[in-house]
Amino acid sequence: MPIWIYIVATVIKSAIVLLVLLTAVAYTVWLERKVVGHMQNRWGPTRVGPFGLLQPAADGIKFLFKEDLTPPHVYKPLFLAAPLIAVIFALTSIAVIPFGNAITLFGYSFPLQITDVNIGLLVILGVTSIGVYGVALAGWSSNNKYSLLGGLRASAQMVSYEISLGLSLVGVLILSGSFSLREIVDVQGGTFLGFIPRWNIFLQPVAFFCYLMAAYAETNRIPFDLPEAETELVAGYHTEYSAMKFAMFFMAEYANMITVASLATLLFLGGWHGPIFGPPILQALLPVFWFGAKVFAFLFLYIWVRGTLPRFRYDQLMAFGWKFLLPLALANLIVTAIVVVVK
Amino acid sequence: MVPLSYYLVLSGILFACGVTGFLIKRNIITIFMSIELMLNGVNLSFVAFAAHWHVLAGQIFVFFVMVVAAAEAAVGLAIIIAVYRTRETLNVDQVNLLKL
Amino acid sequence: MLSVHLILFLAFGAVCVAGAVNLLVQRHPINSALSLIAVMAALAGEYLLLGAEFVAALQVIVYAGAIMVLFVFVIMLLNAGVEERTQGSRVAIIIGIPGMLIGSVLVAWVVLRHSGTGEVAVGALPGPPKTIGDMLFHEFLLPFEITSILILVAIMGAVVLASKPPSSPAEGPTQKVKD
Repeated sequence: MPIWIYIVATVIKSAIVLLVLLTAVAYTVWLERKVVGHMQNRWGPTRVGPFGLLQPAADGIKFLFKEDLTPPHVYKPLFLAAPLIAVIFALTSIAVIPFGNAITLFGYSFPLQITDVNIGLLVILGVTSIGVYGVALAGWSSNNKYSLLGGLRASAQMVSYEISLGLSLVGVLILSGSFSLREIVDVQGGTFLGFIPRWNIFLQPVAFFCYLMAAYAETNRIPFDLPEAETELVAGYHTEYSAMKFAMFFMAEYANMITVASLATLLFLGGWHGPIFGPPILQALLPVFWFGAKVFAFLFLYIWVRGTLPRFRYDQLMAFGWKFLLPLALANLIVTAIVVVVK
Repeated sequence: MVPLSYYLVLSGILFACGVTGFLIKRNIITIFMSIELMLNGVNLSFVAFAAHWHVLAGQIFVFFVMVVAAAEAAVGLAIIIAVYRTRETLNVDQVNLLKL
Repeated sequence: MLSVHLILFLAFGAVCVAGAVNLLVQRHPINSALSLIAVMAALAGEYLLLGAEFVAALQVIVYAGAIMVLFVFVIMLLNAGVEERTQGSRVAIIIGIPGMLIGSVLVAWVVLRHSGTGEVAVGALPGPPKTIGDMLFHEFLLPFEITSILILVAIMGAVVLASKPPSSPAEGPTQKVKD
């Protein structure tokens, strides 16, 4: 493939993925408000457009036109940089996520992924671990005790749960023998006994549980949303932020949720594998549809949990992470390793 | 193609910056960060030599350096917290008494 | 001739040196910490140029993502302020900065003079995770196990050091350790 076709294809893919991601972020917010509303016997947004479908657009316009306040005693360079760090690293990690097989256009084969790196999983882990700085620096630079507490909690929580997250992924890595997300998905093709799909969730249920818990903590979502616990910390690390800077934290949070959901889909739920049928054009689009459907299911689970569970106390959160989740992930890792060696 | 010596010079500059930071800084946390900078400079020359001689052991060594740096950071920061708790200062010049 | 490889090397190298110098110039520890993170990220880029992809990933995950988070956490926790200048620091600056310059120039001169013509191609020695894992668990098994004991000792040491003395009531999480 000539280099210029490669570059043009990459630019187009990046634009499409970014557009889809930002739209997905906006509509995840809408979905969350709608679903939680119905769970609490309310309607959620209904006024803007049919079923409130234009609500995200209205919110976006509102964020743009709000006054952009910078409180007087903040440490300005970091106060401005923190939301950028958060949103940039949240959006970057989508670059290595594959969402389908390669498609062939004009005689060239284009993988449905912005860039295919053979250490894709490590790239995602690295980028998300840098994302912690956005939250931590926002909390510190705001010069506000609630923000500082939120930032401290966030950094301690994310560093602690990152270990469980990493260890829960190692089980999957042992089974697939690769860091490449594409190869991990390829291993999950086919079925057990002819009807159970060969997804890692059936081989590694404990690892999936650990991943689920750690992912909720990493994305600061209920029941682990201590960094922004509104009943005790006003709004945690983003107390002092307004207008677009606040919207950036909001976008980062939901983009992180989507990354985590995509990663769960790729590692545990078989990626884009699913029943394929129909005419060729449908056959080409169905993998992407299955991938989207699984991500949607995972996001729905997020919202469902938010509507169901109360928030943990901070000491409970730390005790859960270090005394329960970490040993569980380690035990799962040891058992997996022994089974693989014996087999 | 980049000459090996360029990598070594970069690594030397980073190491020298680390040494200087260790000498001129008075905040104990920054001094500690200078040590990390020195370790990073050394890591670069390990990887560059590994690539030059085609011996993978150089990369493994970086792995060990990182592990030791992590252990050192954990213990060192714990010591800093303990020092701050008793002296209420992070300035190394003021931590000059063996006994309070 | 400026090849793409050399340009990338110089770009990452410039970020490294700028970050390292900024670490020295800044007087607030959090700015120093952030410039150190920039150095580490740029070094990860240099490792990628050398083909050490696994080391580059580890550099970002372990160094920038865990160790430096710990530093930032402690700076936030202790509310470290701007560094004070004392008599000692003035003497150190007068001796230290010329010392650093002389040292760097000397090292650069010696290395450039005596290194011969050894060159490193881009991605000269690919370090795939599989090979590194193989070496780690066969050739380097004993050092690996010893470092794991070291980590264990460090965890216990950190917990003992950072936890409050038993007389006062326990409060909050103690310093967390991550390897």
